[in-house]
Amino acid sequence: MDYSFTLLIVLLPLAGFVLLGLFHDRLKPMVAGTLGTLNLLVITLFSYYTAFHYFTQGNSESGYTAIKAFNLLWLSFTESLQIQLGILLDPLSVMMLVVITTVSLMVHIYSLGYMKGEKGFQRYYAFLSLFTFSMLGLVVATNIFQMYIFWELVGVSSYLLIGFYYERPSAVAASKKAFIVTRFADLGFLLGILLLSFYTNTFDFTTLTSMDGVAISSPPAALFLGMSVTTWAMLLIFMGGAGKSAMFPLHIWLPDAMEGPTPVSALIHAATMVVAGVYLVARLFPVYALSSPDSLEVIAYVGSFTSLFAAIIACTQLDIKRVLAFSTLSQIGYMMVALGVSGYGGEEGLGYMAALFHLFTHAFFKALLFLGAGSVIHAVHSNLMTDMGGLRKFMPITHITFLIACLTIAGIPPLSGFFSKDEILVAAYEHNKIIFVVQWLVAGITAFYMFRLYFNIFWNRTPHFHHTPHESPALMTFPLIFLAIASVLAGFVPFHALVTSDGKAFHTELHWMIAIPSVLIAVVGIGVAAWFYLKQNILPEKVTHGVKGMYTLVYHKFYIDELYLFLTHKVIFNFISRPVAWFDRHIVDGTMNLIGDTTVYGSNLIKKMQSGHMQWYIWFFTSGVLLLAFLLLYLN
Amino acid sequence: MNPLLLLLFIPILTMVGIVMVTDLKWVRVISAIGMSAQLLFSFLLLYWFYQERGAGNTDPMLFVSSTMWYESFNIQWKFGIDGISMAMILLTSVVTFAGIFVSWQVDNLQKEFFISLILLATGVYGFFISIDLFTMFLFYEVAVIPMYLLIGIWGTGPKEYSAMKLTLMLMGGSALLLVGMLGIYFNSAPAGGKLTFDLLEIKRVGIPLSAQLFFFPFTFIGFGVLGALFPFHTWSPDGHASAPTAVSMLHAGVLMKLGGYGAFRVAMYLMPEAAHELAWIFIILTSISVVYGAFGAIWQKDLKYINAYSSVSHCGLVLFALLMMNETATTGAILQMISHGLMTALFFALIGMIYGRTHTRMIHEMGGLMKVIPFLSVLYVIAGLASLGLPGLSGFVAEMTIFVGAFQHSDTFHRIATILAISSIVITAVYILRVVGTLLLGPLKNDHYLQLQDATWFEKVGGVTLVLAIAAIGMAPLWLSNLIREPLMAILQTLTN
Repeated sequence: MDYSFTLLIVLLPLAGFVLLGLFHDRLKPMVAGTLGTLNLLVITLFSYYTAFHYFTQGNSESGYTAIKAFNLLWLSFTESLQIQLGILLDPLSVMMLVVITTVSLMVHIYSLGYMKGEKGFQRYYAFLSLFTFSMLGLVVATNIFQMYIFWELVGVSSYLLIGFYYERPSAVAASKKAFIVTRFADLGFLLGILLLSFYTNTFDFTTLTSMDGVAISSPPAALFLGMSVTTWAMLLIFMGGAGKSAMFPLHIWLPDAMEGPTPVSALIHAATMVVAGVYLVARLFPVYALSSPDSLEVIAYVGSFTSLFAAIIACTQLDIKRVLAFSTLSQIGYMMVALGVSGYGGEEGLGYMAALFHLFTHAFFKALLFLGAGSVIHAVHSNLMTDMGGLRKFMPITHITFLIACLTIAGIPPLSGFFSKDEILVAAYEHNKIIFVVQWLVAGITAFYMFRLYFNIFWNRTPHFHHTPHESPALMTFPLIFLAIASVLAGFVPFHALVTSDGKAFHTELHWMIAIPSVLIAVVGIGVAAWFYLKQNILPEKVTHGVKGMYTLVYHKFYIDELYLFLTHKVIFNFISRPVAWFDRHIVDGTMNLIGDTTVYGSNLIKKMQSGHMQWYIWFFTSGVLLLAFLLLYLN
Repeated sequence: MNPLLLLLFIPILTMVGIVMVTDLKWVRVISAIGMSAQLLFSFLLLYWFYQERGAGNTDPMLFVSSTMWYESFNIQWKFGIDGISMAMILLTSVVTFAGIFVSWQVDNLQKEFFISLILLATGVYGFFISIDLFTMFLFYEVAVIPMYLLIGIWGTGPKEYSAMKLTLMLMGGSALLLVGMLGIYFNSAPAGGKLTFDLLEIKRVGIPLSAQLFFFPFTFIGFGVLGALFPFHTWSPDGHASAPTAVSMLHAGVLMKLGGYGAFRVAMYLMPEAAHELAWIFIILTSISVVYGAFGAIWQKDLKYINAYSSVSHCGLVLFALLMMNETATTGAILQMISHGLMTALFFALIGMIYGRTHTRMIHEMGGLMKVIPFLSVLYVIAGLASLGLPGLSGFVAEMTIFVGAFQHSDTFHRIATILAISSIVITAVYILRVVGTLLLGPLKNDHYLQLQDATWFEKVGGVTLVLAIAAIGMAPLWLSNLIREPLMAILQTLTN
């Protein structure tokens, strides 16, 4: 079948951005919002259509084949290194199309209610379109440089949306931080791309990941500081992914990114952009698995550490969006673990499938959590859980959907999170027992902090509200309901038959030996949370008081932000930039001025010769003549 | 008649028109008409250029014509263009066009101002179309001298000092250049042959290695001064800070490109062996320039200084890429000249417009301008994003071409220099976002700013022209890249051997 219509999936959001951007002050807010949303509805339908056809017709004996639906030469560096802009359809990208358009559509609809009356409503929708365009362009990239292009574009759309409330200094600072931290990571990504392409002489994903391509059949073995250049390249590329996906130690921008409007957090900083790192590793997975298993090992440990680290911090935060942000970090850590412990091909590739399965389910339940949190914030006008409580009576729909999301992320069967997390734990168990134990523990912590959040919002003490909170309008509750249904059902998608490391279906089943303990620990987590937070009591305070030092350390996110602040402000600003500026003004420019001053001084010395006094001129003249005459006579 | 001569006649006619006119109101109108005609003509020239190439003309230079000027020294008016000069001509036309509109409200000595500005542009056009070293140098001086008057008379701040410094340093560069040029001239023919200034002829005969080694540094540094080569860049911050808006635009946008263009067309083209031999010294200097300029920019508080240091960084990248001496990097260098020319012109234009409203250029004294002058602010953000290399805008195309090209050298020395240069993309992001954050975003610092008017129609014309050019290159770079690349193969053959 001809898939060239998929070009519209990418171009329509761009058109939306240009249109809304140029005419933002001539369109009425609601007109702009509706246009943007309808545009996205069309795009979503196109992607569903694509996915339906691809998954029903694309399967052959040898599995799903990749289709290049469109390819255009954009810029050519050398004979073989060229940037193409194109559309690559394979199970991975088609799955991502569905995820992105679904969540984006829900966020578009939701924002019609949530952002109503905000200044810059049209601008908001323009930026949302820009983001959707960039994200879709990223996932359909046919080559790594196209991916880098859209990678930067999602970065900038994220910057624009985090800084949407640009008059608020904290939002400005957060957007700047997000951009610079990810830019730093992208430096690694770019170097990785350059290094990889230098040795393999191609940017193209299909060539890079094909079994007889240079990257896999004969990976360059040149060593640099004890590691092969392939490993260097793959690790540098992963650095880019770690930046976008906020893996430790590049995670610091994500919690601050919550300064953006809540629907944006749901779309960009929970469901789509932050999983770009996972997508990147998955896209190059054959190269990772077959040419550089060492770097996969690194990915597994980074992911595992981040998931534990973030889960611990999440237990102490009071801002509900920040709890969710740390939970996102933790869940992405799971996906990275899954990729890191995976092998290539058939059942070996269980981790690969599990990572993308979790990406898929996570997108729905995490978007739901954020949108639910947005609905709560909309009702009580605060982000802090200390200002909330007992809300189940006021907002039933938000309450039920939020509960579903919490149960899903905690991994309670038969909700989708249970299935995807189970696959990850199985993959980890087969590969590395330590990582398995960590992930198993994190599952418990996850259940605890999610239900801490849930009980504190919807149960516990009911504070005195200035206005009685009420349920959000239908424009906001519809996406909640839709996503809740998706969160429940997403677990039944047969991922092992659709999205696998080599495109071929393999057989997998539920592993009760692992599923039962993981459900148990989740139930324990929920139980502890209920014990602490269901009713107002002093237990939590007692506990935090008991481990006060530890608690402060965790509450301040292990002071990593402060460390960065020190590095950037003190070291870079004061110890590099300032001396450079001084050196330039005083030494380099000083030398130039010195030359000038010397000239002036020198001419001051000899200018007396031009005094205008005739006697002096005659004197100089006569002496000169005499001197010359003398020299001539004498030398002859 | 050679169509290239029109590139000189249109500005000259415009200047004559300005001199003739009695009503001052018409001065700017005539300038605008003249420069619009020039812009249209440049595109027409591009069309003819493609036509000629399409017809199968594979000469290295097109539209070549020569007239003997001074027989005994063999100096000719010899003109001709290839893809690279064509691209530079387009750049000059766009920037000059925008510059005229941005200067719409100059009220002091209007006639003289526009004449000097157009004279400067004429020098630049002459430089880009010359293929005779002597006339090239002549036009170079024609372009540099009006700068002194433009800054000294219409400037702000310590303008006499800045004008003097800028002119003297550039003249110092010219002096080196003169030595280099004469050195080339006197070695341009085997003993007893006829000496020549003709670039193509010199190239054909070849300069002996010993002479190359001696004269290459003179020529390269001579042009390098204008191209803001570290440590000869200090005229740039002071000069720009005092220069009036349009002059900064033309100077950073176009005139500084004479440096890179000359370094390539004269120094490296004519003395390839020496370039090979000595490249390492200049690679060190330029990779320092790139990072040093960027770090310098982080600390500055004056918008023009920030941009001047940023130019040091970006122009350093131009020379750096040229010294990589392969097709890709060199294409990137020319692209970077064009991209930097456009975005720095946009920056200086916007800085001028903001200064005209707030009467300060100190970023800390302003804040929250996005709210009161959104049009200008959005343009500023676009310029900033282009500068930090956002895909879809011109900076990305140029930088990536340079980086991929530079990465083709796999020895440790080149690798380290390249990685150093690439790391500037992060530092650039820091200082750009710092300015955007402090100047445009955040709460409004000063209530008086509520009265500020957003862009006027002529400011919009100037700004939007530049933005369109930046976006056009950024979104569809292939034509420009091919235009530049096409003549490079032949030129670089001698460089890569």
